[in-house]
Amino acid sequence: MPNLNDILILLPEAFLVAWACVLLLLDAFMEPKLRWTLHWFSIVGLLMTIYLVVAGQPDQAVTAFNGMFVRDGVAEILKVFALLSTALVFVYAKPYLIDRKLFIGEFYTLTIFAVIGIMLLVSAGNLITVYLGLELLTLSSYALVALNRDSQMSSEAAIKYFVLGALASGMLLYGMSMVYGATGTLDLAHLHTAAAATTMPHLLVFGLIFMIVGIGFKLGAAPFHMWIPDVYQGSPTAVTIFIGSAPKLAAFGMAYRLLATGMGDLSQHWQLMLACLAVLSLAIGNLVAIVQSNLKRLLAYSTISHMGYLLLGLVNAGPEGYAAALFYAISYALMGTAAFGIILALARVGFECEDIDDLKGLNQRSPWAAFLMMLVMFSLAGVPPLFGFFAKLLVLQAAIHAGFMWLAIVGAVFAIIGLYYYLRVVKVMYFDKPVDGAEIRLQGDVSVRLVLSLNVLALLVLGFSWGPLFGWCQRVFVG
Amino acid sequence: MITLSHFIVLGAVLFCIALASLFINRKNVIVLLMSIELMLLAVNINFVAFSRFLGDVAGQVFVFFILTVAAAETAIGLAILVLLFRNRSTINIAEIDSMKG
Repeated sequence: MPNLNDILILLPEAFLVAWACVLLLLDAFMEPKLRWTLHWFSIVGLLMTIYLVVAGQPDQAVTAFNGMFVRDGVAEILKVFALLSTALVFVYAKPYLIDRKLFIGEFYTLTIFAVIGIMLLVSAGNLITVYLGLELLTLSSYALVALNRDSQMSSEAAIKYFVLGALASGMLLYGMSMVYGATGTLDLAHLHTAAAATTMPHLLVFGLIFMIVGIGFKLGAAPFHMWIPDVYQGSPTAVTIFIGSAPKLAAFGMAYRLLATGMGDLSQHWQLMLACLAVLSLAIGNLVAIVQSNLKRLLAYSTISHMGYLLLGLVNAGPEGYAAALFYAISYALMGTAAFGIILALARVGFECEDIDDLKGLNQRSPWAAFLMMLVMFSLAGVPPLFGFFAKLLVLQAAIHAGFMWLAIVGAVFAIIGLYYYLRVVKVMYFDKPVDGAEIRLQGDVSVRLVLSLNVLALLVLGFSWGPLFGWCQRVFVG
Repeated sequence: MITLSHFIVLGAVLFCIALASLFINRKNVIVLLMSIELMLLAVNINFVAFSRFLGDVAGQVFVFFILTVAAAETAIGLAILVLLFRNRSTINIAEIDSMKG
């Protein structure tokens, strides 16, 4: 029977669920004039949950509900950054949503439910919890993508996302059923020992392959990346920024729970599979991004290549590699929110700022916006001394230490190829003539611009002092 | 005598039919929703069979969760489908191609 102690371990999640339910009620019964307060209500809820996650963190990893839910250091760091990046998403999204008459409670409720799914997923101790957390995240995301009900692109993106996402869930479940058959347990901690003693190793590896397909879909790694560009381009930018940040942390958490906690002894099987996914993601992401003219689509292909780098860390299959991959996921979440945050801030009524050509001559019209965008592009490309550089360095190092020298060389070569399309954006902003009559500047009030500037400058600061954050990432895997 | 492998083969066949119809079907989005449902049911057969032959009840509990989530998933899928039809007046897969590259 669950007791009070179980509930206390689950307190941050329970609190956020309660908060989301209150949000739903307020949205339904509040005066329309006062609806704008829901924005602050949501952000306060997320920040209070961060406090609950950090303050109630036990010294040792603890489990609740008979091992269904695990609260350890990995879960803590992933939850903190998922909640933080979602709070940033809310701040950036507000002016955009108001301009497009999408400033509705559903955006906040659905996003918060998706975050609850992320929190459950990264704390999963059982295959059932993995599945439920994942579905709570993806079902909310499908609805979010279709948020702009009158947009053809939006509904097209939603149906593509839905079909491919459901296919991925089916694959993952089929793999889970095979693993269950081979080991006789759904508990990830028991799976580890049962996998070593199984009498049906072929069934186990067969299940593992299907599970990796599912993980590849959710990460957006090639060749399971088909949904990423269309979803990024088709959904409203306020939703793209969410899908491009916190769920990447969740995908890392899911890969860690399933592969490291559950299947750690089979690492010689999954290392090579992940290496293949990584090479394909790096190649497809970086090469196809070169020909893109749509900025959101370019960032989508850039995401695919970044997931390739994240996989380089996971290929290591040791504490060093997991720490590097976790560090990479955090850096990507921060860079993703910053990049899409700038696009959101430049967009206004009737102007989406979606094409690279829209940024022509940005430096002459809004030097600060151009400077921020340049920093983000350099960080995404991995130019020292920015945050993205050290994240890339650490995953390459992890791959080399695991004996995958060729993989690290492939990663380094594609980092240089990738530099081309990031620099193209910078070139368009600084050296091209602006299109006549097109006024473009940072929208939103002072608070939005201030948070955005801090978000981007954090990339610079963390580039100079990445040690403490990386130390935190290392500690959670050692203890 | 029906053995475990009979059930696993049945599950695999259903799963393959679902996968094939997802990739071959070029006409109608509703058929896609049906094949997704079939895929999840194939997984359920696997879980129930394993659960029965391993003598462990956890697999059957998982099936309840899969069924519940599949219902929610279909509801959202149909809602998106209605949206798509309202915006484009078609649910033909071949015509849903405004984004490329």
